[in-house]
Formats: sequence, C-alpha cells, structure tokens
Amino acid sequence: MLRLDTLAKRYKTGDHALKGVSFTVEKGQVVGLIGPSGAGKSTLIRCINRLVEPTGGSIYLNDVDLAGLSGGELRRARRRIGMIFQEYALVERLTVMENVLSGRLGYVPFWRSLLRRFRQADVDKAFALLDRVGLSEHADKRADELSGGQRQRVGIARALEQDPELLLVDEPTASLDPKTSRQIMRLIMEICRESGLPAVINIHDVMLAKMFVDRIIGLTAGEVVFDGAPALLDDAVLTRIYGEEDWTAMQASAAEDAADAAATYGAAPPERVKEERMAGLA
Amino acid sequence: MASVPPVAGRRWRRPPVLIKDRNTRWIVYGGLLIYLALAMSTVDVNWQRVADGLERGMRFINGFLQPDFTSRSTDIYRGLIESLTMTLTSTVVGVLISIPIGIGAARNIAPPVIYYICRSIIAISRTFQEVIIAIFFVVMFGFGPFAGFLTLAFSTIGFLGKLLAEDIEDIDEAQAEAIRATGASFMQLINYGVQPQVMPRLIGLSLYRLDINFRESAVIGIVGAGGIGATLNVAISRYEYDSAGAVLLIIIGIVMLAEYSSSYVRKWVQ
Repeated sequence: MLRLDTLAKRYKTGDHALKGVSFTVEKGQVVGLIGPSGAGKSTLIRCINRLVEPTGGSIYLNDVDLAGLSGGELRRARRRIGMIFQEYALVERLTVMENVLSGRLGYVPFWRSLLRRFRQADVDKAFALLDRVGLSEHADKRADELSGGQRQRVGIARALEQDPELLLVDEPTASLDPKTSRQIMRLIMEICRESGLPAVINIHDVMLAKMFVDRIIGLTAGEVVFDGAPALLDDAVLTRIYGEEDWTAMQASAAEDAADAAATYGAAPPERVKEERMAGLA
Repeated sequence: MASVPPVAGRRWRRPPVLIKDRNTRWIVYGGLLIYLALAMSTVDVNWQRVADGLERGMRFINGFLQPDFTSRSTDIYRGLIESLTMTLTSTVVGVLISIPIGIGAARNIAPPVIYYICRSIIAISRTFQEVIIAIFFVVMFGFGPFAGFLTLAFSTIGFLGKLLAEDIEDIDEAQAEAIRATGASFMQLINYGVQPQVMPRLIGLSLYRLDINFRESAVIGIVGAGGIGATLNVAISRYEYDSAGAVLLIIIGIVMLAEYSSSYVRKWVQ
C-alpha cells in the first residue's frame, strides 16, 4: 500500500511543481495520473522513489516513510519499486538479458553484477519474464537492436525482475504507435492483476487511461483536482484538469480510432490476439 | 483560404552575425586589420640567413632521401624498443589512473568536493607541456626512459581524464536514472549505467593517446628522457642526417600504422 501525505516539491528555480499532494493507493489498484504538460506528473512519480528529492511531506510504502531514508536504506526501498519509463531507458549497449538482470542490482553484491554471475534463481526469473513478454529468443541481442514495442517489453521485464511491491510507470506509451500502446497497456494491466501489484501510471492519453485503469487522479499545476473512477471523468472534469477544449469532438475522433483498431485486430479470434501480443509484434 | 497579395521585390539581407552595430563593426574589424599589418611589418627577415638555411635544409632533405638504416642500426633498434616500451607502459598506467579521476571529474555523478579535486589534478596535468614535465622528471630521476615513462603517464592522465569526464557528462541520463531506480549502488551505477555508454569512446581515446605518446616519446627524448628521441638527437647533433632521416621515417611508419589500426578498432568497438 502506498500513501502520499502532503507531498511537495519546489525546484531550485522556484518552480512549485507539487503543492501538497495526498492520496492512497490500495494493494492491486492501478491509478492513472493525468494532467497537462508541466502539471507535475513526472515529478510526482519520481518523488515516490526519490529520483527527485521531495521538499516536503511523506511517502509511506507499507508504513515506511521513504522520504526519511538515505544511503543503503533508500537503495533497499528502491529495489522493491519497479519503474517503467517513457523512452524505455534501457541501457542501449547492453544485451536484453543484462537489462532484465539489472533489475536485481539492488539485491546482489557488486562482484556478482560486475562479473555478470547472477544467482541461478535470478536468471531463471529473468528467462521466465522474457517468456512472459514474448522476447526469450532475443535474450542475447543488444537492446538497441529492438523495436520500440519490444524495448518497452524489456523495460517491463526489468521492472518485474525487481520483485516489486509497487510499479511506477512514466508515460509508457508516449513513444509508441496506437496499436502497440494498447498492447503495452494491456500487458501492464494483466501483470498488475495477476500479482495484485499496485501501480501509478502517468499517462497523457486520456482515452487510453479511461480504457484501462481502475482509478484516475487529475493533476493540474501541482494539485489534485480530480480523484475518482474513470466513468466519472466527464467533459466538466476534463475542462477542470486541462482547460477549455472541445471534448466531445476529441472523444468522437478517439472512438473512431478505436473502431479502426477493432476492425483491423479486434475481429480476429481471441487466440490470435493473444498470440500476437505474446509474439512481441510491433 | 485567404489569398495573399503578391508582393514582388521585397528586400532581404542576412542580419550581421557577430556585431550588430555598423560603426562598432568597422572599428573592430578595421582595428584588427591595422594591427595585423603593423605586426607583420615588425617581423625581421634576414634574407641572407634564409639563403644559408635553405642550403642546410637541402642537406637534411638529401639525408632523408637516402636514409641510412644500417650504420647506426643497433642504436636505432635500442631507441625504438625503449620508446615502444615507454609508450605502452605509460599509456596503460595513465589510462588506469585517469579512469577514476575522469569519473570524479564528471559533474553529473561526482559530489562537489571530489569534483573539484579531480578537476584540479586534470588542470595541473594539462597546464604543463610534455617537454617541461620531461625536463622536471629528468632532473629528478636522471636521464633515461624512466623519466619519459613518468612524463607520458602524467600527461595521459590530464588528456584522458578530461575527455572521459566530458563524455560522462554527455551520457543519456535516462539510462543512468533507470539503473539508479533499481536500487543499484554507486559502483553498480557506474558499471551498468555509465560504462556501456562511454566504453567505445574510452577505447578510441586510449588508442589515440597511445599514438600521441609514441610521437611525444620522440620529442621528450631530445631533452634526455630516453627512447628514439635520444637516438634522433644524437644523430642530428653529429650531422648524420642520413641516420636521422632513417629514424624519422621509422617514426612516420609507426604513427601511420597506429593511426590505421586504431581507426579500425574504433569502428569495431562501436
């Protein structure tokens, strides 16, 4: 369980990115964080695992305040928080397997990671995860040889290799095409469902968020302006979050997109959809 | 669509790049030109001396065209082996020392205190030209290749430390951030998040430094730091331009070989 209590961040430039954000994420709940560019979504997600230092408030993960940790304690907390990034953030010149195994860095001594002598259990888990995301035959390829969708799958496998208690996901689909975006979102949701893993997903695509997550939090100028079920996200709320815009027209065009996608892929029998997803297409 | 009325003959000139104001521009550029003319006029050329020099130069070139590899072959061989040994050992030691210093001098990963210490080490190493350091070490440890080895290792630290630090400052931070997010320690961050990104350039720069060190070994030999430079110095001071020519040809050959093989290796490690 994750609980944020009046979390605040003011950058040295004077930018007040977060103004006392509080919310609780229950076990197994997937929260979509939406809001305009510059609303503080990315800062919020990075404050949780302290990649960005918060300037106020507390972050409780299972009753431990992450804001008060330092050094080894912080690293031990971080290893239980998996993170998935916008531009995948794989180490490009390392192999797929090394990238996945880097999820174990917080658990293994330096010499093991230096010599790439990971414990057999870690290697088994890494292979199982690559099987799960459909990339096991690419294990020894360099990460920069993969396509965008495949790289994001490796990113997901790396996060899961950490045995996370919480998943932080920063714009997972921003660099992907619409079809791959949906596959990736579906994969993340399935994984969260399977293991009751709570997740905070930072996402700029409102339609995609509504389609997949359990709960939506709207952030504007560093403050929570909406917190509720996706179904409650109507035009009035969207205007509160993003400002004036023709939401009806936007939703209509998004619905068209979805219909197109359904016409192309949705008509296929379920087995084929599943196979496609597993084969690491895209 | 609203139609745009056609307007012909609109003038356009590129705006001035460096100095906007017309008068300042004339003063600055004109001043530079006048200074250049005055400075040129004070260069004193003794044409008689130039004519003499041309003759000596011809003798040198003739020696070059008929290089004598044989009569001083043992000296040349010994000097060459000494230089190559000095080059290789000093490059390896210099690279090994410059890696931690380069990491410490990268602003994005090193704490401020370490950063300033490492930057000053690099600055000291880069301030003094090889010849000056070589004279210093020759005075300290006497003539011979040990002084040369220390000189080259010392200047390698400044060269490689600085370029490595700059390369580390230019890495893709997202990759390092992702490694940090897994709970990795500092050493693991360097090994997984930084090293893969800077390795090809580090190898390329080390090879480049290897051939700089070989060329420098010829120069610092002249001030007493041993190696092929000492052989060259002896040959020139004895007016044996044919032997000197042979030494120079060997240096050119080795530098070209190093150049060719290092560009090949750089392509291979990408």
